[in-house]
Amino acid sequence: MMHRKKKEKAIESTLLMVSGVTVVALFLLCFFLFREGYLLFGDYSIISFLTETSWYPSSSPAKFGLLPLLTGSLIVTAGAIILSVPLGIASAIYISELADPKVAQLIKPFVEILAGIPSVVYGFFGLIVVVPLLQDLLDLPTGQTALAGSIMLGMMALPTIISVSEDAINSVPTALKEGSLALGSTKWQTIYRVVLPAALSGISAAVMLGIGRAIGETMTVMMVTGNTAIIPGIPEGLFDPVRTMTATIALEMGEVPQGSEHFHALFAVGAVLFLITFIINLIADSVKKKYRLQEGV
Amino acid sequence: MSKNEINTNINIKDLNLWYGEKHALKDISLDIPEKSVTALIGPSGCGKSTFLRCLNRMNDLVKSCRIGGEVLVDDENIYDKDVDVVDLRKKVGMVFQKPNPFPMSIYDNIAYGPKIHGCSKSETKKRVHKALEDAALMGEVQDRLGDPAFSLSGGQQQRLCIARTLAVKPEILLFDEPCSALDPISTSKIEDLILELKKDYTIVIVTHNMQQAARISDHTAFFLHGEIIEFGRTKHIFEDPQVKSTEDYITGRFG
Repeated sequence: MMHRKKKEKAIESTLLMVSGVTVVALFLLCFFLFREGYLLFGDYSIISFLTETSWYPSSSPAKFGLLPLLTGSLIVTAGAIILSVPLGIASAIYISELADPKVAQLIKPFVEILAGIPSVVYGFFGLIVVVPLLQDLLDLPTGQTALAGSIMLGMMALPTIISVSEDAINSVPTALKEGSLALGSTKWQTIYRVVLPAALSGISAAVMLGIGRAIGETMTVMMVTGNTAIIPGIPEGLFDPVRTMTATIALEMGEVPQGSEHFHALFAVGAVLFLITFIINLIADSVKKKYRLQEGV
Repeated sequence: MSKNEINTNINIKDLNLWYGEKHALKDISLDIPEKSVTALIGPSGCGKSTFLRCLNRMNDLVKSCRIGGEVLVDDENIYDKDVDVVDLRKKVGMVFQKPNPFPMSIYDNIAYGPKIHGCSKSETKKRVHKALEDAALMGEVQDRLGDPAFSLSGGQQQRLCIARTLAVKPEILLFDEPCSALDPISTSKIEDLILELKKDYTIVIVTHNMQQAARISDHTAFFLHGEIIEFGRTKHIFEDPQVKSTEDYITGRFG
């Protein structure tokens, strides 16, 4: 009896320790990210970091303006969302409500494979196919533009948006759909007026997760966006090269001396990126929760 | 019962239904009298709900479902190729087992039907108010039509679903065990409502509750293994059943 209890206790504390590792890892990560980033503001003013419009780490004096990188990330992400959200939701509706179950079973694995392709492969595809195509089609000096990044990121965010939206649509109770059809509404009226509103918070969560995926993506955007740190105009900046926060860190981190001002500036950019994705995930989580509550009624 | 005694507006002739290989309804023929309540009773899985869903073609949603025979509503076979399911379901409303209000306000729930059928705003409003009155719900919700439908109690939600159906102005109302998820007080309110509604509507109700069938229906059909074993005036079925299995079921010997 005692023996069994002890064993249970031992298993419990082992599992607690293992899950504790995750929490500790997150705290350590946050701590170093924010500490290293904060060290920039000894010599460099935080106001300049936030308002300076250029990122010239090797000029003298060096300029570490967040704005061109932040706007670069935002314009690429916004483009990706505009492209992928309507496509993703439409696909989710098709798969869960309209497609023959056999066809749906055929499409779903493809969506999953899309999610599993390494980002460098996307980048490669973007560089070889999308970039030259844009250059020719739009007659641009270079196809390495924010738009190229948006297209690739949109493609990468699609599986997330499709599968999370599809889940949300599938979890709308059949009773609601039947209720609507029994009142003489058509299939499309039922989808548009009952199913989508009922799944709305789940779909918003899907969109938020898609944004989170897009804004944090590094390799692909680095390969296709040209990496010029200039504040892009909106919307014409879509057709210019841009440099995102992620690409900046990836490109420059290897070349900076550890502990230098430039080194700390890159950490500060990383901290901003972390905050943005953290907030997006928080929002996605809370809309998801809201939608579980609704469902429970 | 012969047609010249009582007017009927739903006439079923040799209806057969298969779910894949399973023969779920066998040679059902039945004439349902208008402006009265017809109860369908029988043990679980006997086909009564399936039969009810044939009357507004809800079985269309089931892929593996095949149907033979005829269902005439106002002398039109609803399984004819040129029948518009939307028009049929406008005419034949349905209330489900569990209250299924839409996740929107009380008002919008009832306005849903009129809106999708293209009613003007003022017509919609008129219909919502009439439907609330007719479903005996007006007194309880008139001050909070903008509240979410989920804020109502189960019984109120079910009457809301009835009001929602009435707002489409059907001729026929199908009830699929409408009280199975409700407490006794809510149940008796729905029963009173059904007795009131039969003045204007032809009502078909599936119920597991024998007393309920006896209380509210004029005619009763007893289903067993996908067949109609007996059909007649409720009084006769309950007091003087002609078939042994009907008697066994009614007296609680199986089911």
